[in-house]
Amino acid sequence: MTKPSLSVERLTQTFPDGKGGTMTVFENASFGIEKGEFVCILGHSGCGKSTIMNILAGLAEPSSGVVKMDGYEVSGPSLDRGVVFQNYSLLPWLSALKNVIFGVRARYPNRSRAEIEAQSLKYLAMVGLEGDVVHRKPSQLSGGMRQRVSIARAFANHPKLLLLDEPFGALDALTRGTIQDELLKIWGGTEQTVFMITHDIDEAILLADRILLMTNGPFARVAESVEITIPRPRKRTEIVEHPNYYAIRNHLVHFLGQRSRELAGRASDGADQRPETVRIDLTETGTPDAPADGPAAPHLRAVTP
Amino acid sequence: MGKLTLNQRAALLSLVLLAVGLLIWEAAIPAQKAAAELTEYERLTGGGAPKAGVPPPSQVLVKAWEQLSNPFYDAGPNDKGIGIQIGYSIYRVLSGYLLAALVAIPLGFLIGMSPVAYRALNPFIQVLRPISPLAWMPLALFIIQDSEASAIFVIFICSIWPMLINTAFGVAGVRQDWVNVARTHELGPLRTAFTVILPAAAPTIITGMRISIGIAWLVIVAAEMLVGGTGIGYYVWNEWNNLDLTSVIFSILMIGVVGMLLDSAFAWLQRAVAYAE
Repeated sequence: MTKPSLSVERLTQTFPDGKGGTMTVFENASFGIEKGEFVCILGHSGCGKSTIMNILAGLAEPSSGVVKMDGYEVSGPSLDRGVVFQNYSLLPWLSALKNVIFGVRARYPNRSRAEIEAQSLKYLAMVGLEGDVVHRKPSQLSGGMRQRVSIARAFANHPKLLLLDEPFGALDALTRGTIQDELLKIWGGTEQTVFMITHDIDEAILLADRILLMTNGPFARVAESVEITIPRPRKRTEIVEHPNYYAIRNHLVHFLGQRSRELAGRASDGADQRPETVRIDLTETGTPDAPADGPAAPHLRAVTP
Repeated sequence: MGKLTLNQRAALLSLVLLAVGLLIWEAAIPAQKAAAELTEYERLTGGGAPKAGVPPPSQVLVKAWEQLSNPFYDAGPNDKGIGIQIGYSIYRVLSGYLLAALVAIPLGFLIGMSPVAYRALNPFIQVLRPISPLAWMPLALFIIQDSEASAIFVIFICSIWPMLINTAFGVAGVRQDWVNVARTHELGPLRTAFTVILPAAAPTIITGMRISIGIAWLVIVAAEMLVGGTGIGYYVWNEWNNLDLTSVIFSILMIGVVGMLLDSAFAWLQRAVAYAE
């Protein structure tokens, strides 16, 4: 096993519960992300996904545990970890272009104005924003366009790790589809490591190399790491034809609908909570017509690292 | 009649109101009787002598024309052009105001960013803020020993509060998301203050500055009536002592016009820094 680019070790987060005690959101959560990997994390509201995201971004401190990047412990926010927030977080007094320039200038303070602008325009064009539209203020852009600007700002900075916090949560389904395609396109060209929170199973299957599944809180944990065994490049219209698609999807639905609850609420007793790796590949077993109905199906195998 | 826009109709109505108002004013001034029409008793009691009265608008207009065509003449301490007087007032207002801005905006930043500073300074602000600026005048005159500087101090003390409170409020209210953007881009405290917090809080800060300049212009008239010498406030009081009501009315109008210009400068500034979320 290669050394992961990002490794999260025994992360624990507790909050005061307002009655003098503490409430444990998650405990001893450990997982890793390889360089260039696209990882999605799925789980119900309140299981601590956003808290994990904020810790990875350096905007929050865990109660205990460490986050290591390339072997070094990180603390506090850094340009190495770019963030795309759900509510876009564009600065409303700057135009779309100036928002991207803001990021690029922070990353490359020694570059000339012209270089910075060229880089910003290049990444805006990569998400489909060209021409006069880049000079508009965020308030004059649609939600989808704002999120594109936000994605361009994050990618233009070449962070070692890109964190996406439900980036499409506030968008309608059609816009979401278009921007997912834009995201795949820009990601494909950069081999950026991405960690993304989502609520949308189909979105996760389309985008991710691996999906981390979280159980419900309190005492939530990353229970499984599901490999998406569908080759790239993926197209939303084509992947549904792939024999693995519904097998994986059913497994995820089953987990979120039932097992996330069954596995919830167990204290770890100090054990390291690494996710179990799940690999579902019907093309390997040669029985593409076998019923794919969740983890109980015999052709599934769970591999512990 | 063609269709007029809303603005054109409003302007027309304004002009009609002005004309009607001036006509009523002009008509309401009682004419002085000619000496021949007076009774002997009235002549004996001095009724024939010219009486001081509220002047009609026509006289005010003549006065305005005379003053505005030569605003900067200087014929000694008690006879200076309206331009010079207003210039002194604006100079005092701006000096006091800029000093107040230099103190209030950085201090407001500090208070807005630090809850401890906010709580520690709040009682002082709450006690000092409601004090009438003129109440400081005796103390200022005694300590500073200079009427000119005392007037500037009074402007300083009255314009500091709205700026201080609005800056603190604006800075404290900057959305956490924008601060997080600054943090994830590794901006230092100074760059965060100038590139994120200042533009985010600017509309609130400018609103405070606009309130302050309005108050400063109100207070300078009263302050100059007290300290005397020069300035539009002194001019009003001096013309009252001269019983020249035409000049009094004219200078009252000028105070209004200058106040409006100062306010519209800040209104323009406010539009320039405004942003829509």
